Amino acid sequence: MRRPVNMPDPGPLVIGLGNRCRGDDAAGLLAARALAARALPGVRVAEAGGEGAQLMERWAGAGEVYLIDAVRALARPGRTHRIDAARRPLPAGLFRCSSHAFGLAEAVELARALHRLPATLVVYGIEGVRFELGQEVSPAVMAGVEAVVAALEAELRGGRPAPAAGRAPARCAARAARGSGNPPRDLGWTPARGNGGGGRGRSG
Amino acid sequence: MSESRVLGVDYIARVEGEGALHLRLEDGAVAEAQLRIFEPPRFFEALLRERDFAEAPDITSRICGICPVAYLMSACQAMEAICGAKLPAELQRLRRLLYCGEWIESHTLHIHMLHLPDFLGYPDAVSLARDEPELVRRGLRLKKLGNTLMRIIGGREIHPINVRVGGFYRAPDRQRLTSLLPELSWGLQAAQDTVERVARLSFPDFERDYHFGALQHPRDYPLEAGTLASSRRGGAPVSGYERLYAERQAPYSTALHTYPAGGGSVQFGPLARYALNRDRLTPAARAAAEAAGLPAVVRNPFQSIVVRAVEVVLAVEEALRLVETYQPPAVPAVAVTPRAGTGHGATEAPRGTLYHRYTLDAEGLIRDAKIVAPTAVNQRVIEEDLAAYVAPHAKLDDAALKALCERAIRNYDPCISCSTHFLDLTVERCGGR
Repeated sequence: MRRPVNMPDPGPLVIGLGNRCRGDDAAGLLAARALAARALPGVRVAEAGGEGAQLMERWAGAGEVYLIDAVRALARPGRTHRIDAARRPLPAGLFRCSSHAFGLAEAVELARALHRLPATLVVYGIEGVRFELGQEVSPAVMAGVEAVVAALEAELRGGRPAPAAGRAPARCAARAARGSGNPPRDLGWTPARGNGGGGRGRSG
Repeated sequence: MSESRVLGVDYIARVEGEGALHLRLEDGAVAEAQLRIFEPPRFFEALLRERDFAEAPDITSRICGICPVAYLMSACQAMEAICGAKLPAELQRLRRLLYCGEWIESHTLHIHMLHLPDFLGYPDAVSLARDEPELVRRGLRLKKLGNTLMRIIGGREIHPINVRVGGFYRAPDRQRLTSLLPELSWGLQAAQDTVERVARLSFPDFERDYHFGALQHPRDYPLEAGTLASSRRGGAPVSGYERLYAERQAPYSTALHTYPAGGGSVQFGPLARYALNRDRLTPAARAAAEAAGLPAVVRNPFQSIVVRAVEVVLAVEEALRLVETYQPPAVPAVAVTPRAGTGHGATEAPRGTLYHRYTLDAEGLIRDAKIVAPTAVNQRVIEEDLAAYVAPHAKLDDAALKALCERAIRNYDPCISCSTHFLDLTVERCGGR
């Protein structure tokens, strides 16, 4: 069904990405479901697999989009990140836990190259450590999911974070929420590479 | 003094799934080329045991996010063989139409996002898009057309849910399909333009005399049905697959390797289909292949991008024909009664022949399952290509050599997450489903 043209945007769209069968790769899906259960007025919540081209189709026409996905563990499973992707490129190699070569990071950067980025695009990443078929989500990642849901809910309710000025995390909404002490790091700046995390490196 | 170099590429960019390559050079010659599969053991075959036969299509379709339809089709074919169920032509045509959607979607993704950057000198599709946005936009729109077809017939783009043993749960209304005709017409032109574009690419001068394996069909270019054909041996019915192709486990990989009867290695996929079925190409696809200057048999694996583009023309052309003549079937599925027995299914996934074999008991429960993905079959021929292709370039530095190796692997559009299955395994069930 086609939406009439020139209609104002229906509101924020949250998309949780992941694969329910691959351990921590389910993080984005779990976060989306938990957020949907909050039933925030005017907020649409969707789930998606990791395929990048379809992701671009999902957000087509939306002006304000939030993506949630698992990322390779850089330092600590369950640690969370918030990236203002409309303003700056995604850190390379962060979203490589999908079995699809053309995934979230490629979709965002491709959309940027094709001028198909939403005006607001925020990506929440949850560091995961186990992505094998049949595994359960690790407890640390579950805590990260809860932190992201709380932070994103606060953001959607109007508590927009201050623009990143290259300083410490600007969000603390989730700090008290679950005792995980794990508010999303605001990756307004390019993070240092080579944290020595457990992920595999990219070739070449 | 001998000089030994070991080159490891731990993460191969731009293939589906994850894989690694280990190449050992000694004195400038290739001593060893091993394609390593890092994916954990695929436990689907074990997961299928004790399940009801009707669940096999849905379970196996989760093996691959890019080619779920191929798994649905091969699984259904095998189960229908055991149960003696024959689908009427109208349901077979609907299956073929669904498969066309997957071919369009999968081939177009590979051509534009994964393979083209190699030929045009870009590290990835994103940098290609900055310089050639219209080319990439066209690719995305064509891919979306394939996905839309899959959604209308399959009910969902990833893990289509409308397919069952015996047919479908629901058949689409004619109007839903015919509403796609304008976009399909656009798609035919776009696919033809894509062939023209990739035919002009510069291809490395590299050919091998491959043993090709693919399905053959008396009338059609093979997608959802056919018998086994080989460029070196006589053909066989699908039930003869394991006589033609045996599997053994490689010591360094989780994948099983395929050894054709008669020795050597075998290649599945677009080059094989084209070599064995060129006279079944639909008119526009045939014209595109000829205009592109393709010989009767393509032996340069780098030219697979052109053959894939020709197959996209074919898939769009077939989709147009099938949509134009579509009438909703009288019933969406035939009745299927499970019974004890063993059955085989083989259909042409985008990457090549996908084989399923099941044994059912009298209650219709699965006692045994075997699934052979085309990428698993192609692993040996990829290793051979690497050894041959790298040899004259052994003097290049590691970074350049790595890039060459990745190019050689990408020719096969390998879907590494599909490529493994096991003889003995402990099952861990996926929670919450």
